[in-house]
Amino acid sequence: MANAKEIKTVLFGPVFANNPIALQVLGICSALAVTTKMDKALVMCIALTLVTAFSNFFISLIRNHIPSSVRIIVQMTIIASLVIVVDQLLKAFAYDVAKELSVFVGLIITNCIVMGRAEAFAMKSKPGISFLDGIGNGLGYSVVLMTVAFIRELGGSGTVFGIEVMPLVKDGGWYQPMGLLLMPPSAFIIIAAFIWVLRTFRTEQVEKA
Amino acid sequence: MSSNNDSISKTLIVVISLCLVCAVVVSTAAVQLRPQQTANKLLDSQKNVLAVTGLLTGSNVAELYSKHIVERFVDLDSGDFVEKPANYDYRKFMKDPKESTRLVGQDDLASIKTRANIAPVYLAYENGVDSGELTSIVLPIHGYGLWSTMHAFLALAPDGATIQGLNYYEQGETAGLGGEVQNPNWVKQFEGKKLLDASGSPAIKVRKPGNASPDSTYEVDGLSGATLTANGVQNTFDFWAGSKGFAPFLAKVRDGALNNG
Repeated sequence: MANAKEIKTVLFGPVFANNPIALQVLGICSALAVTTKMDKALVMCIALTLVTAFSNFFISLIRNHIPSSVRIIVQMTIIASLVIVVDQLLKAFAYDVAKELSVFVGLIITNCIVMGRAEAFAMKSKPGISFLDGIGNGLGYSVVLMTVAFIRELGGSGTVFGIEVMPLVKDGGWYQPMGLLLMPPSAFIIIAAFIWVLRTFRTEQVEKA
Repeated sequence: MSSNNDSISKTLIVVISLCLVCAVVVSTAAVQLRPQQTANKLLDSQKNVLAVTGLLTGSNVAELYSKHIVERFVDLDSGDFVEKPANYDYRKFMKDPKESTRLVGQDDLASIKTRANIAPVYLAYENGVDSGELTSIVLPIHGYGLWSTMHAFLALAPDGATIQGLNYYEQGETAGLGGEVQNPNWVKQFEGKKLLDASGSPAIKVRKPGNASPDSTYEVDGLSGATLTANGVQNTFDFWAGSKGFAPFLAKVRDGALNNG
């Protein structure tokens, strides 16, 4: 089994050093859609992390038996089943959030991070380490998503996790919210800024021109 | 690893057994969790009905609901009460060709395409159902906004015209712009306005933000940055207060249909 150093790289590497959104630019679609409110983004992060971890685990478990001609279909079947189970669980135990998220939970199936990790890592690694890789990439995704959601919710609605921080003009406060931050394109701008900041500190991520 | 993974028999075995396993997992989850999900849905709908009447005073939704609310069913064309089993699924019958009416052209003000023939209404009794003292009538309404069908409950006073509350409980409009239809400060404007004018025609007017006169009985401010959502709200009111909506029922309410029952 892997040593401690490898576990650390696999688990925390994707947070900044090899972030799935910032470096690999995967999974952008849901980063645009669910980041207007932090509580929604948090549930999405947890759901995605669980799905990535477990799909990695199961795919790795049967990796030696997957026929290469149908491997993508096999991976999709496992991922889709997991996503449906997560969706059902949310509907049963977190109904209010599930109501707002439902479409996007379903779209985890097509999230490139899950697929990408299954194909790139789980297909050639042992189950335990694959599971950790899923958690790690989920964390990397979560860091970006929560950052974007924080900026969008604070700037667009003046709240953090639904708690009022900056009272809005229309409610008698002083803050005039930025409507742009609530529209999907703003997430592009914030993610771009995130990548810029990240690459300022980690120059090795800058691609050669 | 092994090269025979790609043989036809191995491929079939792997794919079929995987499908079986996944199918069992998914259907087990769906079946096991269904009672919980149905309960959640029902509870959520009850909570929304209570919220719009202002009777949501505690956390025990089911108990409050059975104390204050009676669900009745109305034939929308005639406006008469009809009997339906308690588990009548209004949302399902909205689209069912046998149970709904197609709306075309001018009739389809709210862009909803079909309308169920039988709709539930909720009668609210502030002092408990036993008191027999009706305090609000809650109507389910829905209409298309900019991106989504917006579902709401509208609470009317027993006169069948004065709005007591409006609660958009399901919508997929832009968060922060059109999504503000859910904002309690915005829907508060509707309180005390008249849904219908003296002749019984739909009367609510959603104006451009800042243009509604505060003394008007019919005007409310729209949402800034969400003109199309506000138009959707206007259309929803025009439709459901009109002859294809609850107008026949509300006419009977004004004539006292609720006083003897």
